[in-house]
Amino acid sequence: MNMLERFFRVVGRNTINRVWRLGFAARFFIALLAHSGETFRRPRLLLRELFASGVLSLIIILVSGLFVGLVLGLQGYDTLQRYGSSEALGILVALSLVRELGPVVAGLLFASRAGSSITAEVGLMKATEQLTAMDMMAVNPLARIIAPRFWGGVLSMPMLAALFTAAGIFGGWLIGVVFIGVDEGAFWAQMQANVNFVDDVCNGIIKSIVFGVAVSLIAVFEGFDAVPTAEGVSRAITRTVVTSALAILALDFVLTSFMFRGL
Amino acid sequence: MTFPYVEISGLDFAYGDRQILSGINMQLPKGKLTAIMGGSGCGKTTLLRLIGGQIKACRGSLKVAGQEVGQLRERDLYEMRRRTGMLFQFGALFTDLTVFDNIAFPLREHTKLPESAIRDLVLLKLEAVGLRGAAQLMPAELSGGMARRVALARSVALDPELILFDEPFTGLDPISLSIIATLIRRLTDALGATSVMVTHDVHESLAVVDYVYFMSAGRVVGAGTPEEIKVSTDPYVYQFVHAQPDGPVHFHYQAPTLDEQLLEGVL
Repeated sequence: MNMLERFFRVVGRNTINRVWRLGFAARFFIALLAHSGETFRRPRLLLRELFASGVLSLIIILVSGLFVGLVLGLQGYDTLQRYGSSEALGILVALSLVRELGPVVAGLLFASRAGSSITAEVGLMKATEQLTAMDMMAVNPLARIIAPRFWGGVLSMPMLAALFTAAGIFGGWLIGVVFIGVDEGAFWAQMQANVNFVDDVCNGIIKSIVFGVAVSLIAVFEGFDAVPTAEGVSRAITRTVVTSALAILALDFVLTSFMFRGL
Repeated sequence: MTFPYVEISGLDFAYGDRQILSGINMQLPKGKLTAIMGGSGCGKTTLLRLIGGQIKACRGSLKVAGQEVGQLRERDLYEMRRRTGMLFQFGALFTDLTVFDNIAFPLREHTKLPESAIRDLVLLKLEAVGLRGAAQLMPAELSGGMARRVALARSVALDPELILFDEPFTGLDPISLSIIATLIRRLTDALGATSVMVTHDVHESLAVVDYVYFMSAGRVVGAGTPEEIKVSTDPYVYQFVHAQPDGPVHFHYQAPTLDEQLLEGVL
C-alpha cells in the first residue's frame, strides 16, 4: 500500500467515523427529547440539576463577570475619553455585555464548570455500570439521568448569562463612576436610552439559550458515549470543553450574522 | 421436570465478525439456581446480557417466561425487567445515594407505596443481608463485600421472578464470599425465583447451585448437577473443576514452536 492510498484510507475512515458519530448524536438528541417528559413531571429531578449546574456555577460566573466589567470599564473609558465621549461608557459596557460577552463568556465558563462536571458524572456512571443497572431496573437512564441534566443546563444558562451581564455592568459602573468619576446620571441614562430590549436584550437571551442547548447536549452526549475507562472518561471531558468552546464561538458568529444583518 | 423459565435454543451471537456464542441450548428451570461457568472471555456474561435483553441474538431463540426477549418492544422489555433483578460484578450502586436510598430506588420508581411502607420493606431487605445498621452509609463507605450485599438487597427489592448474578464472587475475601453464596441460595429459595449465576468460582458455586452449564469458546461443553460435575471425566470440565494449568484450554498461547522461533530469530 503506497503512502497516498494509506492517506486516503485514514482520511476516509476518520470521515466515516465522524459522520457516524454525528448521526448517533442526532439520534441521541431525538431520544433525549422524547424522554424529557419525566423531567418536568418530577420537578425534584430538575431542581437538583438546576442546583448542580446553575447555583454551583454562580461564584465563577459572578466573579468573572465582575472582572470582565472592570476591564471593559477601564478600556472603554480610555478609548472614549480620547473622543470626548466618556459619558457613553454605560452604553459601551452594557451593549458589549448584553450582546456578546455575557452569553459567550458565560457559555465558555459554563462549559468548563458545569459541562465538564456533567460529562464526568455521566461517564463515570457508565464506567461503573450504574446506567446499565438502572436500565436493568426498567428505569430508562435517558429519562432519569440524561434529560434532567440536559434541561438543567439549558435552563441555567440564560440565568447565568444574565447574572454575568449584571455583574459586568456593576464592574463597569464601579470603575467608571466610582473610581474614575464618569457622571453617574449620564452612565445610567445613556444605557437606558440606547439599549433596546428586543434587539439587544432578547437577542442576548436567544444566544444564551442556544449556547445552553449546545453545551448541555455536548456534555451529556460525551458522557453517555464515553469509553467506560478512566482514560475514556478523561478524553470525553476534554472533548466536552473543546467542542463546546468551538460550538459557542461558531454559533455566536452564525447568530450574530442573522441578528444584526440589518445594521 | 420443572417448567423452564428461561429457554435458549440454537442461539448465536457475534460482535461484527467476531463470533461470541455459537449454537447455545439451555433450559433454566423455574425456581432453581443455575450456574453458567467457564473461563474469562468464554461468552458467559454476554449470555447474561442476552437474557436481560441488553443485546439481541443474531440467530436462535431466547425465551424468558415464554416471551421471545429479542422481539420485545421497549415497553414490554421494561415490563419483563420489572420482574427481573440483577446483581452486577462490582455492585453498580448509585454513588450519590445512601444504602437505604439505593434499595428504595426500584420501589420508589415502580410502586406507589407510601414512604412508611418503603421504609419497612428496605429495612427488611437490609435485615436479610445483615446490613440494617448500614442503612445511612454512602456506597464509598462500604467494603467490597458489604457493597455486594447491598447490591444483592437492591436486586431483590421488587421480589423478582428471575435474578441474574454476574460474577458475584469476584474480588471478595473468603468470609464475604461465603456470605454472598449463602445469601444467593437463601434468597432464591425464599422468593421462589429462577436464578442464573455467571461465575468462574468453582467450589463456592458447586456448593449452592442446583445445576451447572460449562462454556468454552462460546459453546456449551458440559452440563450437570454439582455431583455429576465433581466426578465428570470430560477433559474440559475436569481441567476447570480441578484447576489444571494445561488441558483442552492450553497453557501456551498459539505460537510457532520454540525451536523454530529461536533458530529463525524472529519475534
